[in-house]
Amino acid sequence: MSVNISTPVRNTSIEKKKKKHRFKPRLLILLIPPLIWLSVFLFTPYVALFLNSFWRVDFGTIVHTFTWDNYIKFFTNDLYYGTLLKTLKIASLVTIFSVLLSYPLAYFINFKVKKNKQLMYTLVIIPLWVSYLVRAYAWKIVLGQDGILNSLLISIGIIDKPLEVFLYSPYAVVIALTHIYTPWVLMSIYTSLEHIPRNLQEASKDLGAGRFRTFFQVILPLSLPGVIAGATFAFVLAMGDFLAPQLLGGTSSMLISNVVYSLFGVANNWPLGSTIGIVTLVLVLLILEVTHRLEKRTSSFENVKEQKGR
Amino acid sequence: MDYIIKIENVEKSFGNEHIVKGINLDIKPGEFLTVLGPSGCGKTTTLRLIAGFEDPDAGEIWIDGKSVSRIPPYKRDVNTVFQNYALFPHMTINENIAYGLKMKKVSKSERLARVIEALRLVQLESFGDRKPRQLSGGQQQRVAVARALINNPKVLLLDEPLGALDLKLRKQMQIELKHLQQKLEITFIYVTHDQEEALTISDRIAVMNKGVIEQVASPKEIYESPSTKFVADFIGDTNLFEIQISPTNETNVVNLFGTKVGGRIREPKSLTKQNYLSVRPERVKLLAHGEEAPYFLSGTVEEVIYVGSFIRTVVKLQQGQRIVAMMPSKGDHLCLPGDRVRVTWKEEDGIVIGQ
Amino acid sequence: MEKTSRFDWISTSLKASAVLIFLFIYLPMIVVVVYSFNGNAVNSFPVLTWSVKWYGVMMNDSALLASLKNSILVAVTGTIIGLFLGIPAAFVVDRFSFPGKTIFERIVLLPMILPGIITGVAMMSVFVMMRVQLSLTTILIGHGTFLIAVVMTQVYARLKRLDRAIEEASMDLGATRLKTFFYVTLPNIKTAVIGATLLSFTLSIDEIAVSYFLTGRELTLPVQIWAMLRRGITPEVNAISTLIFFFSVVMIVIVTRLNREVD
Repeated sequence: MSVNISTPVRNTSIEKKKKKHRFKPRLLILLIPPLIWLSVFLFTPYVALFLNSFWRVDFGTIVHTFTWDNYIKFFTNDLYYGTLLKTLKIASLVTIFSVLLSYPLAYFINFKVKKNKQLMYTLVIIPLWVSYLVRAYAWKIVLGQDGILNSLLISIGIIDKPLEVFLYSPYAVVIALTHIYTPWVLMSIYTSLEHIPRNLQEASKDLGAGRFRTFFQVILPLSLPGVIAGATFAFVLAMGDFLAPQLLGGTSSMLISNVVYSLFGVANNWPLGSTIGIVTLVLVLLILEVTHRLEKRTSSFENVKEQKGR
Repeated sequence: MDYIIKIENVEKSFGNEHIVKGINLDIKPGEFLTVLGPSGCGKTTTLRLIAGFEDPDAGEIWIDGKSVSRIPPYKRDVNTVFQNYALFPHMTINENIAYGLKMKKVSKSERLARVIEALRLVQLESFGDRKPRQLSGGQQQRVAVARALINNPKVLLLDEPLGALDLKLRKQMQIELKHLQQKLEITFIYVTHDQEEALTISDRIAVMNKGVIEQVASPKEIYESPSTKFVADFIGDTNLFEIQISPTNETNVVNLFGTKVGGRIREPKSLTKQNYLSVRPERVKLLAHGEEAPYFLSGTVEEVIYVGSFIRTVVKLQQGQRIVAMMPSKGDHLCLPGDRVRVTWKEEDGIVIGQ
Repeated sequence: MEKTSRFDWISTSLKASAVLIFLFIYLPMIVVVVYSFNGNAVNSFPVLTWSVKWYGVMMNDSALLASLKNSILVAVTGTIIGLFLGIPAAFVVDRFSFPGKTIFERIVLLPMILPGIITGVAMMSVFVMMRVQLSLTTILIGHGTFLIAVVMTQVYARLKRLDRAIEEASMDLGATRLKTFFYVTLPNIKTAVIGATLLSFTLSIDEIAVSYFLTGRELTLPVQIWAMLRRGITPEVNAISTLIFFFSVVMIVIVTRLNREVD
């Protein structure tokens, strides 16, 4: 994860290495308020979700007796694990497309743009913070039955009546999610490209490597941590999305979070919903752990930094 | 009072790293003391212990007769000039310098007067309204000194204050700092890894290595009469030879490769199991043909390098070791590689030291 | 000669793909902006009549305006919570080492990393179990919780780059820890704090996944828009979306400016 903050690197003085396991009063004053808030409003809910997942529903009310039923149901009923597999497939597609779209643009801005580089970069990451809903909704206008794409195609004469395949299909979901999460990947890849010293490229060319060789032997390996971090973001976020599928996809393109959504809503089966929530949570944490390790292993710069800190 | 600062058996560890291993040091009022050592030797930590940024694990520090071991930095009568100056980037030079006075609740008018005086002291009168980043490295360095001096501290601590400057400016600032110190008669404790700098500016030098102070003495004594192999090796260049000392040793004669050569034992009690003979290159003499000497070693010239004011000659001795001689480049006889030569030195220039 | 033409070919295709990708990112949003001025109620192509009437409709939509007011209320209070708890958390992570620190960091960051729906349903379960009525307060709690993580990461990133020696210099010159914080530390992390504030506010205004599950009778703006969308497309949403879009852009430009100032 790019938000890893477990190892603050300090370089004010080599001789200064403060590692004292002691609760100082200053620490307690700073730590206790956020700690209390987070335990009550964050840790407790996650624990509650976990406990909920072992209860069951009888005639619309929750029965507080321990059972594995929900987990068994999840892993045996095609509706649930099938949806999870489908979700993973769609999230993978979104991730692949996001990376394929992000890399050339990030590379272009970083290596080819000379003037207004900062402006270009800002333009690219603006959508990151621009309303999620606006971006999902935009695709409904573009792909809808009376939408721009259909009326455009009709006016050109390619089709004579609106097509429904654009909206309410897995394609629409993949397109919209790719659009929504590409800026995340872009930011991550751009940052990693930016950290590659310029002279490495020159050194590689100086040593006789061509443009392609330089890219595949030098640039790509060095930017891999950024690609992994960005891809992780896109994958995890796409996997948990339920609004875009609901807005743009048909019943056939419902993702796992839509199932959770309906179990906590109309289907009114909170324990099963919690079970799926927990399964998703565990899956996400697993993915984060794995990619975090991958990122570390592929990172060439961090090792240098660590050695320096010795 | 004899001492302005007294450090007694002070120890400091960070995690498993024992950085300062029980040091003792007395610093006299008004003296310019330099703590010299390679990076990681614990010199900066020693300074930080005096300033109060670190608490000692053991031992005691006295400033002006008061134990300060549990007193926070803001209550200590010492001020620091930091390695990279640590000027407040969001404040002007005036505000930076006035900061200490503001904390002491000195009135605004007095503050202003003293800031002007301080700026004059470091010759930056017209820079008061600028921000630190608008100043050059050398100017920032002066601001850091002015800021630290405005509180009239009893002791000024300087942590490699010239490390970021280029060589020429560094030499100039060394002189300026020395003059400033003599003018103000404040005790300076100066940390550096640059032995030349230490020799230039200090009244006394404390040589530190691996958390231990190896020798405290005047620059001349440190150079001419190092007490340990490390000190001899770290300060200036030297020729070091392993030697055996027998109890029946004649005074000022040691046995080197079976030849009796001149060498005085600096302090009999400092000798260890393994001992060394140290001869500075500029004290090594190449004997001219037919020239007599009470003792000498023979060898072949291996390398002659012209280094401006000096000529550096490397001689490979018959016994296999090398010895380096530095001679003024205007010397009368010049050797060439391959020449057979004899080298010697005066008795007092060969120093016998322990590990 | 041959070499230059190959060089051009690679560069040109790279440039072309960059332009296309850029279009892909921006086109949908441009479409929304353009269609907010569409006189017709259907978003078809090409636009036949131009009008600003949907902005008028929006200004008279009392439910929408009420939700905007709710959103601002939640965003302001949520940001304050985020600042008051996130800044200390950033200092804790930057300055101290204590048993359980890694777990603390992980838990703080969870709501930023996990899909919003999980945090949403988890919080909802607890509120319902404890018989807490869902309301703006519960939305506020949800927002405050993830804004702590937002503020913490922003401020921590700055603290990490802060030269600790200036704090030592301050204490060396006679300032206590508290004075050092206000005179030296805070002014030097000021832009990060302002940036975190604007970012928190924007994120809170836009947040929907968590809010959706914690909403009682009073809706926030995105939840209200969501409800409108589910009832069917109305061009009014284009007008709102356009305003939200420009609001976000302005905020982000300010934040990136602030971040750049320091470098």
